Amino acid sequence: MKKSLLFLSLLLSLALAAGALALATVSSADETSITGAGSSWVYPLVAKWSAAYTTQTGIKVNYQSIGSGGGIAQIKAGTVAFGASDMPLKPEDLKAADLIQFPTAVAGCVVSYNLPGIGPGKLILSGPVTADIYLGQIKKWNDPAIEKLNPDLKLPDTDITVVHRSDGSGTTFTFTNYLSKVSPEWKEKVGSNTSVSWPTGVGGKGSEGVTSYVQRIPGSIGYVEYAYVLETHGSYARMINSAGKVVSPSLQGFQDASAHVDWTRAQDFYVILTDQPGAETWPISGCTWQILRKNAPKDTNIAVMKFFDWGFEHGQDMAKSIVYGPLPPSTVKAIKSYWKTELGYGM
Amino acid sequence: MNGSDVVVGVDTGPASEEPRAAAKAWLSGDSLFHAAAVFAAVVAATTLFGTVIAIAYDSRLSIHTFGIWGFLKSSEWNPVTQTFGAFPFIIGTLVSSAIAMVLGVPVSFGIAVFIVEIAPEWIKRPVAGAIELLAAIPSIVYGLWGLVVFAPVFSQMEPWISNSFGKIPGIGALFQGPPMGIGMLTAGIVLAIMVLPYISSIMRDVFMVVPSSLRESAYALGATTWEVAWDVILPYTRSAVIGGIFLGLGRALGETMAVTFVIGNSNMISTSLLMPSATIPSVLANEFTEATSKLYVSSLIYLGLILIAVTLTVRFLAVLLIRHLGRKEGAAA
Repeated sequence: MKKSLLFLSLLLSLALAAGALALATVSSADETSITGAGSSWVYPLVAKWSAAYTTQTGIKVNYQSIGSGGGIAQIKAGTVAFGASDMPLKPEDLKAADLIQFPTAVAGCVVSYNLPGIGPGKLILSGPVTADIYLGQIKKWNDPAIEKLNPDLKLPDTDITVVHRSDGSGTTFTFTNYLSKVSPEWKEKVGSNTSVSWPTGVGGKGSEGVTSYVQRIPGSIGYVEYAYVLETHGSYARMINSAGKVVSPSLQGFQDASAHVDWTRAQDFYVILTDQPGAETWPISGCTWQILRKNAPKDTNIAVMKFFDWGFEHGQDMAKSIVYGPLPPSTVKAIKSYWKTELGYGM
Repeated sequence: MNGSDVVVGVDTGPASEEPRAAAKAWLSGDSLFHAAAVFAAVVAATTLFGTVIAIAYDSRLSIHTFGIWGFLKSSEWNPVTQTFGAFPFIIGTLVSSAIAMVLGVPVSFGIAVFIVEIAPEWIKRPVAGAIELLAAIPSIVYGLWGLVVFAPVFSQMEPWISNSFGKIPGIGALFQGPPMGIGMLTAGIVLAIMVLPYISSIMRDVFMVVPSSLRESAYALGATTWEVAWDVILPYTRSAVIGGIFLGLGRALGETMAVTFVIGNSNMISTSLLMPSATIPSVLANEFTEATSKLYVSSLIYLGLILIAVTLTVRFLAVLLIRHLGRKEGAAA
């Protein structure tokens, strides 16, 4: 009887394990709620839009800010209705994974720093100098390269502590994409992606982590989306753009970057906004794309399309108030016809 | 008994009692308890083996791509070129745990000796209780405290450390670096505080069991408190103390959130303890949810497998060491 008892227990525990393995099906959308996940860059905007959308239509939008890499992974796995990513997927990757993507709004990434006595907008940096700092080649703040750009500033003899993201991030993609464009050495040594092998520096988790490190460590430099710097009253640097002009980050600067690309011609809206031409263009501008699965249930996709359509029509003032630039009307029209052609059905 | 009789009716006496009695015995409290205990043990063992097998299975892509040794030796962790290597994280895990042990074990020993030998009666309980409370603090709170409270204070101390220890020839290189407040040394210190309660409470429990005749006779011979603690109590309780130390080491090796907050998350090995670093748990915490490619995920799972292997090896070494010491004690006696 002891042997049969042992056998029975083994059988039971295996059954438990099998039961635990059975995946519960998660409905990512029904009549009253949609779930999305991804980029922390676009999180402030989606949060504002979803609050207003729920009061107007009663439909809840649940968005988790887990980073662009997470958003891409979750939409591929089908656990959410839409994934948000600041790094657009290439058309061949979209086709291979049976996905579609469309842009939402433009914003900018800024370089923030902690230099006592040097306030917001006082420091001027250029792309190549920033790349050299992040490569670990410029080690001190009073390096001649930085002093040349800032003749009227007294820069201290402190070490530069580089702060970057430790998690996979679309902000990282936008920033490293810009550095790859302005520094061939960066492009060769590091490249651009949501997560890269940083030659030097300390990694913070999320834009919040980077902001926190920059605030705490004197002589540090970091990169975050503009809204984070505004909220924490941190110092950001003015940059020299591709036209050679010194510009400050601003809604107009982000929108100027977007105005120079033809969204309607780009396949699957694959467009990179960094280092665009224009006198007032902000060089580290970026966008967020929403990714949908082609073979998700029709109702799910329609619910998501309705939400973003509502955002495009009624949410532009909300977006501008937190410095997210709306897309031009021609692009919004192109997005709607893209939905129809790619999915086979419209809203 | 009446095996040849055919049981037909209800009232056939003893023959029908047999199956009922057997059934009653089977369902009796004792058998049920026995069955439940066996079941629990089997579930625990199955879970352990199942976990290890599942993790090993999911890391096969990474093992196939980089080779078992190749992955362990490589220092390059590059998601852009899809090359991954575990060496910096293994070093980070081992070094931060080593710092935690070097700092934590002597302090725990001191706490245990204080509570058992030195403290007056009225102070024993509060001090013991306070140390035990350290274990009750969630590890993520340690991480927050480390980042928000300890790191700024430590960054004030770091210039002093680099100027004094940093000038010593030989080990000076261990203490060079900008005063960021976060880094390997900070993580080691936070870990040391976290393992204190585990090691000190085990030490305290076994120190109390040392026969007072042994201690009193040592004092009577003129031994100081230190000599009693080091030469009488410690050798007597050696096995248990080592067990306690390895328990603390196991905790330090696997600690995730506290380390992730204060270690600085840099994928490079540096000679200085003041520079940022990374451990296997911190890499997993940071990168798992956003790993986009299959190879990336498989490499992270392989890291987990390496951590399991390290922890199991440490436990195995602890058992060997305790057994060896036990044999020596037996032989001496």
